[in-house]
Amino acid sequence: MPASALPTATVSPAHSAARRFASLVLIHGVLIAGALFMLAPFIWMLVTSIKPPAEIFSAEIALWPKQFYGVENYRFAMEKAPLLRFALNGVIICAGILVVQLLVGIPCAYALAKLDFPGRNLLFVLVLLGLCIPVQVPAMPLYIGLAQLGLLNTYFSMMVPFFLSVFAIFLFRQFFRSFPDDIINAARLDGMSEFEIVWRIVTPSAWPAIAAFAVFSTVAHWNDLYWPLIVISDAKLAPPPLGMMFFADAETGSNYGALTAAATILTAPLVLAFLIARRRFIDGITMTGVK
Amino acid sequence: MTLALDVPVQLASSRRRRLWIERVTGLGFAAPAFALLVLTMLAPLAVLIVLSLTNYEFGGVDLDFVGLANFQKALADPIIRRSLLNTLIYVAVMVPGGVFGALLIAILIHRRTRSRSLYEVIYFLPVTSTLIAMATVWQFLLHPSLGPINGLLKWLGFAPVAFLSEPSTALATLAVIGIWQILGFNMILFLAGLTAIPRDLYEAADIDGCSGGIDRFLTITWPLLGPTTMFVVITTMITAFKIFDTVAVMTRGGPVGSTEVLLYNIYLEGFQYFHTGYAAALTFIFLAFILVFSAVQTFALDKKVHY
Repeated sequence: MPASALPTATVSPAHSAARRFASLVLIHGVLIAGALFMLAPFIWMLVTSIKPPAEIFSAEIALWPKQFYGVENYRFAMEKAPLLRFALNGVIICAGILVVQLLVGIPCAYALAKLDFPGRNLLFVLVLLGLCIPVQVPAMPLYIGLAQLGLLNTYFSMMVPFFLSVFAIFLFRQFFRSFPDDIINAARLDGMSEFEIVWRIVTPSAWPAIAAFAVFSTVAHWNDLYWPLIVISDAKLAPPPLGMMFFADAETGSNYGALTAAATILTAPLVLAFLIARRRFIDGITMTGVK
Repeated sequence: MTLALDVPVQLASSRRRRLWIERVTGLGFAAPAFALLVLTMLAPLAVLIVLSLTNYEFGGVDLDFVGLANFQKALADPIIRRSLLNTLIYVAVMVPGGVFGALLIAILIHRRTRSRSLYEVIYFLPVTSTLIAMATVWQFLLHPSLGPINGLLKWLGFAPVAFLSEPSTALATLAVIGIWQILGFNMILFLAGLTAIPRDLYEAADIDGCSGGIDRFLTITWPLLGPTTMFVVITTMITAFKIFDTVAVMTRGGPVGSTEVLLYNIYLEGFQYFHTGYAAALTFIFLAFILVFSAVQTFALDKKVHY
């Protein structure tokens, strides 16, 4: 009778440890290569923004500047273009859009989730349809309408197409649907009006979804170029992407030191906000994506 | 006796009153949204349909109805055909890279414990960056003589490539930048999908003898990621189809029209040349593609990926 009926694995501990180590090296190798690809523009942007023109335009490519020229580049960029103004415009526009999106979307989502009223199904179908229509489609008629009303080149015109977020309505409706009816009925018996119920009871419970949507909305509208490009020609009102475009135009496009300094200033707010509130950003994407 | 008969009637009327309040409240809550829906979506759509059937030019005085002439012109126009082709090529390059690259990274990151957070942050950074600002940086990175990428190529012994000024490479270069920007976003979605797969399945498969990496991926991970993968593919396709920013800022449709994409042509026709009627027809062609992509997502998600 053989010593064992089953064949035994003959892998020594050292062998499997070596294999694990090799696979770890491979995995991290790939991850680090990808990370370098992701980070390269940021690193290059920061480094170039502190280099003097002589080094930027030299034939040899070096990573670290020999001469620190940062102050001059950043000062030039800030003088040539109202970069802080662009960032401020971004804040104004994103805040304005978000506030209206929530004020309009939350009650509507609640009504679709919890109340029965005529036209409810039709409204929901329209909401679903709206999800498929990107803002570039109604752009031209909206532009013509705003032009007729003389409202071009205003903050309002930049915000108008985005006041209604069908995405917010869809997302919040999902959340509100799972809110227990008993609590709502108890509140009604207590004499609370539906209005109070929406804002005092149901909305706080959906706070994660609201925060996630806020992140989503802010990132989308801070970085939007198409619509502001259409309605704004006054640089004083430009949000960051449009501002950068104006700046790169005016700046003959060869002062890379100043250009990358401007890029740094305009990219910094969102990146810093992301680094501070990482979890919110990532949870936001997960929540809005995984229906 | 009368009291006993009164009570049900009172209950019924108070119930009816409650239902009436509910209806009015519902309508009231939905009214602002509905008004905005009409003003910013339905009315513009209707106007767009009408415009596409005319030869209206913004700022002009009169307009004529030309029926489907705009659509016929668009489909026969070589510029528009090239534009459509460019857009589809862009989608064809960006989507596989942006989806499967993200899937690979997500799988690799998923099991890390200490470095996962760091990698997540690094890969997600491009998503938060302002693309227009980064576009300038990319232009410099890819510069034929001053940029480090060509510097690296020269150091390796290759000839420098003018990525953005060569018609053969410009569109693909924009696609790579598109992949760069969306990879982190898709990675997060895949990570969520991976986390939703129960670990017991892997352990059960291990017992059944399936424990190699590739084996596990094909038997468990890939099928269970089906819905997530479908979602990521479709949303990436739609995002890719809407390409505009990098073209407007970096190449302006050049060189020689090799990076002219549909949305850029719509912008030019509608807001630079003010051929409003024509641009309206183009917008509908654009919308048709988006709707097809969205419809595919809805149906495929329902049928194919349910197990």
